[in-house]
Amino acid sequence: MDSVISLKNVNKIYGTDVKTQVLTDVNLEIEKESFNSIIGASGSGKSTLLNIIGTLDRPTSGEVSINSVRTDSLKKTALASLRNETIGFVFQFHYLLPEFTAFENVLMPSRIKSGKITPEIRERALELMNLMGLTPVKDNIATKMSGGQQQRTAIARALINNPKIILADEPTGNLDSESTEVVYDIMRDINEKFKTTFVIITHDRKIAQKADRIIEIKDGRINLDFSSGEA
Amino acid sequence: MKLAFKIAWRFLSSSKGQTVLIVLGIAIGVSVQVFIGSLISGLQKSLLETTIGSSSQITVKASDRNERLADYQTVIDSVKKNEPLVTFISPAADAPGFIKTGNSTFPILMRGFNFDAADGIYKLKKSLIDGSLPKANEIMLGKDLVEEAGLKTGDSVDIVTPLGKMQKVTISGIYDLKVSSLNKSWTIAELPLVQSIFEYGNEVTSVEIQISDVFAADTAAQNIASVLPANLKTENWKDANASLLSGLNGQSISSLMIQVFVLISVILGIASVLAISVLQKSRQLGILKAMGIKDSTASTIFLFQGFVLGLFGAVLGVSFGLGLAFAFTKFALNPDGTPVINLFIDPKFIIVSSLIAVASATIASFIPARRSSRLDPMEVIKNG
Repeated sequence: MDSVISLKNVNKIYGTDVKTQVLTDVNLEIEKESFNSIIGASGSGKSTLLNIIGTLDRPTSGEVSINSVRTDSLKKTALASLRNETIGFVFQFHYLLPEFTAFENVLMPSRIKSGKITPEIRERALELMNLMGLTPVKDNIATKMSGGQQQRTAIARALINNPKIILADEPTGNLDSESTEVVYDIMRDINEKFKTTFVIITHDRKIAQKADRIIEIKDGRINLDFSSGEA
Repeated sequence: MKLAFKIAWRFLSSSKGQTVLIVLGIAIGVSVQVFIGSLISGLQKSLLETTIGSSSQITVKASDRNERLADYQTVIDSVKKNEPLVTFISPAADAPGFIKTGNSTFPILMRGFNFDAADGIYKLKKSLIDGSLPKANEIMLGKDLVEEAGLKTGDSVDIVTPLGKMQKVTISGIYDLKVSSLNKSWTIAELPLVQSIFEYGNEVTSVEIQISDVFAADTAAQNIASVLPANLKTENWKDANASLLSGLNGQSISSLMIQVFVLISVILGIASVLAISVLQKSRQLGILKAMGIKDSTASTIFLFQGFVLGLFGAVLGVSFGLGLAFAFTKFALNPDGTPVINLFIDPKFIIVSSLIAVASATIASFIPARRSSRLDPMEVIKNG
């Protein structure tokens, strides 16, 4: 198995005086180009798991490798570059930069990466936005769009640097069922078209079942882990 | 770098109200600095001009007060040759005496000048308010004396020396040197007239000098003394006006104090507003960091904000300050229509104030910049 994300005996403990163990001995391999969903009750530790994978948070103990690079010991600047080039984030609360237009938001990771925007990147951004059906609103300020449009902008932004991995935390948690459907279909399309690995946290079992693999977290441990082929 | 500037610019332009407020705050600080600075240095210039602008700044005299200078032309030549700061140099023959008109006598100081040379120091032609400069056997009296004695141009009076010698002279003109004690006592005539009335022969009592840098008067005087014969001494205005000097120093220090405190309040203002702005923008910073922006770039955003705010504040502040100065010279007038104080606009001072404002605005943004560098994206993402 060719894994792009690998966690070995990962523990996460919050707090120094009152210690709360959020993750306990998590071992997880995520296969390249796969589409995975993580489910679990709130407080089960799934968001913490995603943030550790995304290098936004560090494990208390254990090993984390992204693309065969150990991230638990990397410096902050190295992590920033790794996030910028390898990982795209999609959060529940869209998190666009409200001072910039949709198009500028999509270009932002590329600006962070190389400083300037080449015509090819501009072209790619327009193509991605077209794919998401955002062309009519591309010059809107981020706040002047519907929730679905904002979330699709966030996905386009996550994709601009052509990352290996997209991490999404409840990407449709704030959307109505119709927009939810659209956003998932888009993510599946991208997974097939660009071979991007997806790890998506969701509450929605119906949505989770569309993934190749479902991982259930319970009390900080992996409770269930099965591929849709087996089910 | 470019990205940080772009983001900084967008942050500033998207919260226009806040930006305008800080820029105005800095601008008011800078304008107060420019205005106070120009006012105080204008005040000092005009004070200096009225006190010593029309008087001898360095005077060469005989060490013995009963002696006079016979070979004054040599003194003039050697001073000119050895002291580059000298702008005007003029011999003078002074003698105390009296003016007698009818039954009244007034004490006077008879001053004999070579008008071509002395006009550079005393601006005698300019201060004439009636008549003309005196020629042979003529004198010029001050405005206050003629008022007191009831004299006018063309009248004849007697000059009486302390030894009792008397000579009839004609009043050729009336001057106003703007200092009443001078206007009351100085009786100005050509050098030969004074020399003949008081029997000085070919001698003068002093050589008077003005220099281009008035504050160098003490060192220039020392230099001049060193090239003169030992029987001569120099006096300079600084020794004679210690209280004026300390007054000027006091003004400079208080002006500096005002400027420093204005600057401190500007810095505190910028630092606090930018610190709040880091909190306001923490969500954006969190997103940017999740997208992989480096901590150093994130902090540069705020340094640029400080720099841009400082730059706009300085430009606006200088225009405000100059406008204020212009209005002041236009509307704060003496009854005769001249400005109360002529402001002194020094481009160097204005450039330095502006640079200090920009630099301090940038320095003030170091604290928020550090905060922004330390911000952990997890805080933002966890708290929604």
